Amino acid sequence: MTSTLQGTTPAARAPRARRGIASLPFLAPGTIFLIVFMAIPVGLLFFYTFFKRGRFGGLVFEFTLDNWIKLAEPLYLGVILQSIVLALIVTVLALLIGYPMAYAIAGLSPTWRTVALIAIVLPFWTNFLIRTYAWILLLNNAGWVNQWLQGLGLTDEPISMLYTPQAIVVGLLYMYLPLMVLPLYASLQQLDPSLREAATNLGASPWRAFRTVTLPLSLPGALTGCIFVFVPAMSNFVIPELIGGGKTIMVGNLVRDQFFEARDWPFGATLALLLTILLVLVILVQTAVSRRLTEGPRRG
Amino acid sequence: MADATVNPSTTAMRELEPAARPRAVRKPRGILVPLWLGYAFLYLPILVVVIMSFNDSENLFVWRGFSLRWYPELFQNEQMMQGLVNTLIVATGATAIATVLGTLLAYGIQHYTRGGFVRAFAIAPAILPDLLLGIGLLTLFSLLSISLGLHSVILAHAVFATAFVTAIVLARMATLDPSLEEASRDLGAGPVRTFMRVTLPQLAPGIVAGALLAFTLSLDEFVIAFFTTAPTQPTLPIVIYSMVRFGVTPEVNALASLLLLVSIVTVIAAQRLTRLTGTPK
Amino acid sequence: MTTAPLLRVEGVRAVYGDTVALHDISLDIADNEFFALLGPSGCGKTTLLRSIAGFETPESGRIEVDGRDLLRMPPHKRPVNMMFQSYALFPHMSVERNVGYGLEAEGVGRSELRSRVQEVMAVVGLEHLATRRPSQLSGGQRQRVALARAIVKRPRLLLLDEPLSALDRQVRASMQLELKRLQHEVGLTFVVVTHDQEEAMSMADRIAVLRDGRLEQLASPQELYADPATRFVASFIGTANLFDGTATATGVDVPGIGGVAATHALAAGDAATAVVRPEDVELAVAATSSLRGTVVDTYFLGGASTISIEVPGLAAPILATVHGATRIARGDAVGVRFGRAAVVAREAAAASVDDDADADADAAASDVESGDRSPAGDAPAPQEEVSA
Repeated sequence: MTSTLQGTTPAARAPRARRGIASLPFLAPGTIFLIVFMAIPVGLLFFYTFFKRGRFGGLVFEFTLDNWIKLAEPLYLGVILQSIVLALIVTVLALLIGYPMAYAIAGLSPTWRTVALIAIVLPFWTNFLIRTYAWILLLNNAGWVNQWLQGLGLTDEPISMLYTPQAIVVGLLYMYLPLMVLPLYASLQQLDPSLREAATNLGASPWRAFRTVTLPLSLPGALTGCIFVFVPAMSNFVIPELIGGGKTIMVGNLVRDQFFEARDWPFGATLALLLTILLVLVILVQTAVSRRLTEGPRRG
Repeated sequence: MADATVNPSTTAMRELEPAARPRAVRKPRGILVPLWLGYAFLYLPILVVVIMSFNDSENLFVWRGFSLRWYPELFQNEQMMQGLVNTLIVATGATAIATVLGTLLAYGIQHYTRGGFVRAFAIAPAILPDLLLGIGLLTLFSLLSISLGLHSVILAHAVFATAFVTAIVLARMATLDPSLEEASRDLGAGPVRTFMRVTLPQLAPGIVAGALLAFTLSLDEFVIAFFTTAPTQPTLPIVIYSMVRFGVTPEVNALASLLLLVSIVTVIAAQRLTRLTGTPK
Repeated sequence: MTTAPLLRVEGVRAVYGDTVALHDISLDIADNEFFALLGPSGCGKTTLLRSIAGFETPESGRIEVDGRDLLRMPPHKRPVNMMFQSYALFPHMSVERNVGYGLEAEGVGRSELRSRVQEVMAVVGLEHLATRRPSQLSGGQRQRVALARAIVKRPRLLLLDEPLSALDRQVRASMQLELKRLQHEVGLTFVVVTHDQEEAMSMADRIAVLRDGRLEQLASPQELYADPATRFVASFIGTANLFDGTATATGVDVPGIGGVAATHALAAGDAATAVVRPEDVELAVAATSSLRGTVVDTYFLGGASTISIEVPGLAAPILATVHGATRIARGDAVGVRFGRAAVVAREAAAASVDDDADADADAAASDVESGDRSPAGDAPAPQEEVSA
């Protein structure tokens, strides 16, 4: 029997045992593992950002803020800004394309919905590099898209599509679109349908009902999608390299270069942490908007 | 996120109403168009790859005829096979670690924590940029003078795999009926026995689903493996990466198609498992 | 109806897949009336309500408001507003904006909007909550917001879907009075859907009792109680003692009891059921009564006591209500006499088993099983259509 207590599931009502020795065998192994292999590495990186690289690799243990200041150098700042712009474009495109898709899926009958969702997730399970290379096949001068365009008589000469920022945007969009659709769908599907009915009943036309009720309430889901798209798009280095031909450098490429070519690990760490800071910012925005939506500007 | 949008009394009341109540939501006409277009966009490259895997030609851009020759050729390609073996080793090892750690964590979080901190900590690896984790672990390993190899990748993959297993098992736990465990305690079984005899069997489908997800994610993971492996022990994605950089051979298409097939089967299996036993109400 | 009805429902038929939710329902609702659609869950009352609001489309029939065909209008154009069971308040808007939403959609000017919103909020008692969000309100407050939101548009008809079901008992009682007061003060026509007969009885001017998609009876609460049209209505509304028997010139002849005096319009010999309300059952000294029984149980409910009496020859105990506490105890022998009784035509034996008794109804309907009752096929009344 489902519990009909307001807002609670049976499990949520269960009393939490006080954390004592009994919790150790459960919490300890995983927590220790994660501390060693996640918290400490991240902490190390943070630590590294305040030191300089030694002549032959390694570290010189003098505290310095140079790495952080270096971020503002025109060369690097340019890359950072370019990455932000490209990632923003990808995110916006993902929103524009993903929202109607999520909305359509949310309106399907349960069986079709499952099929639709699996279909969205499936491309994910094709090897990401192979999918990337498939775009090369498509966009190459001798590639399929050009062949079709010429075959259809739309162009005379092959259009140079590969190795451009636009190609990178397409590649990134392709990669992260499902990650935008899923949280959007989840948030749309959770909406109480009687809210929309109420809006219509009060005289709002279907478009108005969508604009004033559905859209604002799906905003948290949209922002979650942005979390999954924006920063990953910025930190991706494979696509700018393979599809962009290395001509457009993004932050991800920079980090990779610092670690393998320039051997300036501290600076690489700084860049990576910058990305993480951006991520945290986006998460904070999402939480704030989500709360403001249902609780109002003032704390009640 | 927004709790107030889902009203529990509606769901409770609906149980009293006739089962199939059609909702007159007039969907805008043509709402399915963007959906189909989206799918076309998503599947176009995949289709190209799968079709080309049957192309009777070494040229990647011209269709010459139907042939299955790339499939057996695939298995002759030493580089790829080695990569595949490595990847499987890594995925298995990481999944094994993650399943154990993740399930324990999920149980611990559900029963013994109140705030969200431990939970957020456990799930963090799934949200942090893979780049960060990759270089962080590389730094750690080099600092501790740990040699790089498959073992380091296993550990690295286990980190984010644990996060996913924890998340999925937690989700499953939220739907379980706590009175079963209470009954077990009432009848005299201690916490460990209760966990083994009552909780674990109920969690099983969720655990398996989590493990399958972790396995699949590890199979495909590139960035973290890239930073934490030795050049002599590449995983499959790394092999393909170098191939794409330096010269692709058509066996790659065959490989992709096979991987796709495996993934489809895995995803469907995971779906079925989380629904077979259903959510006990 | 002396004046033209406000809402006219004619021959409405609604179907879900294989299930017929409404079988040719027809009824009229007058202007300024407090009307109730009452029935157990699955009886079709919500379907009818939603059809009027526009969220469901009936297969056939007409629904008219002020003579205008409602079915031709999309839901957002109908002069009908609904208060949802779950209230459906917009969580991302303040109380004020929720209430004003409908006016905004109409395009009402800002100053007029503000004054109308404030006016309505004062009427329902919400002025001090204008800037709060729904998540910060109690159940009763949320309901007022939902009400205000619908009322402010001055619709011809206000539909309320199980308005009191989400409230606890105490709040419910006071809300019943509130709703009645509001309806009167604002001068709107309310149509309430409920499965709680107590609720309907206390609030409504007229009640339509529905069962399995059919209208059983449409009348005032008093009439429903005193003169039920069918056995179902008799047992659904309030508590009743039901005695199956045969109609005679003076009443109903019940095997095991004898004649029960009543006035009715049936022909002598028709299958009939006598309906006796517990307060019309009089207790007397056993020795001098023709009908005798033993007290099985007594329930003290504060203002009255219910006494359950077992009578030999009757399968179910007779319920009697007396004022205040009673000295009568379990095991006592008492005599039973009937005051006023109503009569309904008896339906086929198969359908007379109460298979759709509402769990809420405190109807402890007593069935009398006569020893020689014939099985289903012999009943003169037509077989009840069993709908899925």
